[in-house]
Amino acid sequence: MTAAQAIARRELRSAFTSPIIYVVAAVFVLIFGMLSYIAVVNASAQSIRLMQIQGMAANINLNDLVFRPTFYSAAIILLLVLPLLTMRVFSEERKLRTFELLMTSPVSISEIVAGKFAAVLLIYLSMLALTGVVPVVLAVFNSFDWAPVFTGYLGLLLMGALFLAVGLFASAMTENQIVAAFLSFGLLLLVWLLGAMGSILGDTPAGNAIAYLSFIEHYDRLVRGLIDTKDLVYYVSGIVFMLFLTHRVVDSQRWA
Amino acid sequence: MTDPYPVANIQPVNVLCMIDVQQITKRYGDRTAIERVSFSVSNGEVLAFLGPNGAGKTTTMRILTGFMPATEGTATVDGFDCFAQPMEVKRRIGYLPETPPVYQELTVTEYLTFTGRLKHMPAAALRQRLPLVIEQTSLGDVRHRLIGNLSRGYRQRVGLAQALLHDPPVLILDEPTTGLDPKQIIEIRQLIKSLAGSHTIILSTHILPEATAVCQRVVIINEGRIVAVDTPEHLSARLRRSETISLTVKNPPPDFADKLRGLPGVVSVFSQATSRAWLVDCALGHDLRDELARVVVTNGWGLQELTTISMTLEDVFLRLTQHDAPEVQA
Repeated sequence: MTAAQAIARRELRSAFTSPIIYVVAAVFVLIFGMLSYIAVVNASAQSIRLMQIQGMAANINLNDLVFRPTFYSAAIILLLVLPLLTMRVFSEERKLRTFELLMTSPVSISEIVAGKFAAVLLIYLSMLALTGVVPVVLAVFNSFDWAPVFTGYLGLLLMGALFLAVGLFASAMTENQIVAAFLSFGLLLLVWLLGAMGSILGDTPAGNAIAYLSFIEHYDRLVRGLIDTKDLVYYVSGIVFMLFLTHRVVDSQRWA
Repeated sequence: MTDPYPVANIQPVNVLCMIDVQQITKRYGDRTAIERVSFSVSNGEVLAFLGPNGAGKTTTMRILTGFMPATEGTATVDGFDCFAQPMEVKRRIGYLPETPPVYQELTVTEYLTFTGRLKHMPAAALRQRLPLVIEQTSLGDVRHRLIGNLSRGYRQRVGLAQALLHDPPVLILDEPTTGLDPKQIIEIRQLIKSLAGSHTIILSTHILPEATAVCQRVVIINEGRIVAVDTPEHLSARLRRSETISLTVKNPPPDFADKLRGLPGVVSVFSQATSRAWLVDCALGHDLRDELARVVVTNGWGLQELTTISMTLEDVFLRLTQHDAPEVQA
């Protein structure tokens, strides 16, 4: 077992003994379920209306009426929920002085960051897997196109991973978990709003560059079922960049 | 203590000098934590860092363990530079920080398994070493309990077990006996003694008998500077050469201390805060007991007590860490 694996395992072990993960996962799954339920009820109301107007059974598109709104709302919940998952990762180690153990063991900072990122990513993956109940249940009652559902999940996964990387960076910045959670929440909201900032500047190079940085446009394409290399590059490079910043922050603290 | 699994196959390269610290300085902004500290530790030696809180003991240890770099100067462990080759240094060091770095939500065994993996121990070596270290630190009874539910003394020993686990040639122990009860302190001292010779050990303490009990050499550090480096015996012997007389007087005049300082052979006069006794330091070879008694009696100040004091390591320590203390060079 490599040191990074050991760190990831320890991180998971600690996470599952803390109540935070259960609360976070329960709230996320519950709200995801409620959002999809609301979307389904709206969709059926719309289909009844269509039947009355056209006098025939309309072919209801679940992808458009249920999954797309659910995925959009889920993104906002992730923004609120994922900072809570990452807030303790570095802060707690520093507060409880266990960081001194990591930093005096023959382990590189990259291994520490990689191990911790892998751990939170696994937790997030299992949370996403729980929401898989929704499409499975819907598939029993109706047929829909699975491909956009998968790309939507891919979008959720990539965006969530980016949120987690931002969260790790925030957690590395401070010993205080609440500050870490709030900092990552603020950073995410700021980047989110860059999309709106970009549209103010319009179709200029600066406006396009700023809009490119926002999560939303890239997520939108994936939810609509489009896999574009540009979007994948955006998320992966964003994750790598944030982890690199985390590495720098952890390293710089030795000089304090 | 023979170990069938040479954990990381680390044999000391440099036999004579295991740890070498040259002129290291560490500044935090404007504050200087340690200044131009130099010392070296030979292979198998046990060295104690002695000093009041905030003297720079922990800072020096953190620099040696590669936890943080020094502002100036160089430190090497087994010939490897603590700043340039931190991985090589960290492999060779078992470090017990001031606060035991334990995860409260893990059991003792889980924690030690984790630290073993962090130190790149192969699974077989870990299986071999784990029971041995648990026994050495008397953690057998609590091995399956959560660290969060253990007392301070147990946590301290878990921290120590972590430092010993990969059987490193160098042990750096920051106050290894704090939080332990007297029986455990004796056990841990025995353990440290048994590790001496095969391991190079630096430990910090502010408990002086500890330094005398387990160490071959003592480094006294105060306000970031080394004040003395010597064996415990030499240190107290060196300062004992000047006689100190304790003098208690019933009605001392206001300028009592100045009057005494005027006597030939008197080096310095201290009043003690805790008792009414005055401490009179005499120059070497001067026995001033007669003279002092005569002066006090003829002036009618009321002599109550007059004794010579031989200094313990405790006194040496207090003397050396006081501002006006004469500097003792090794």
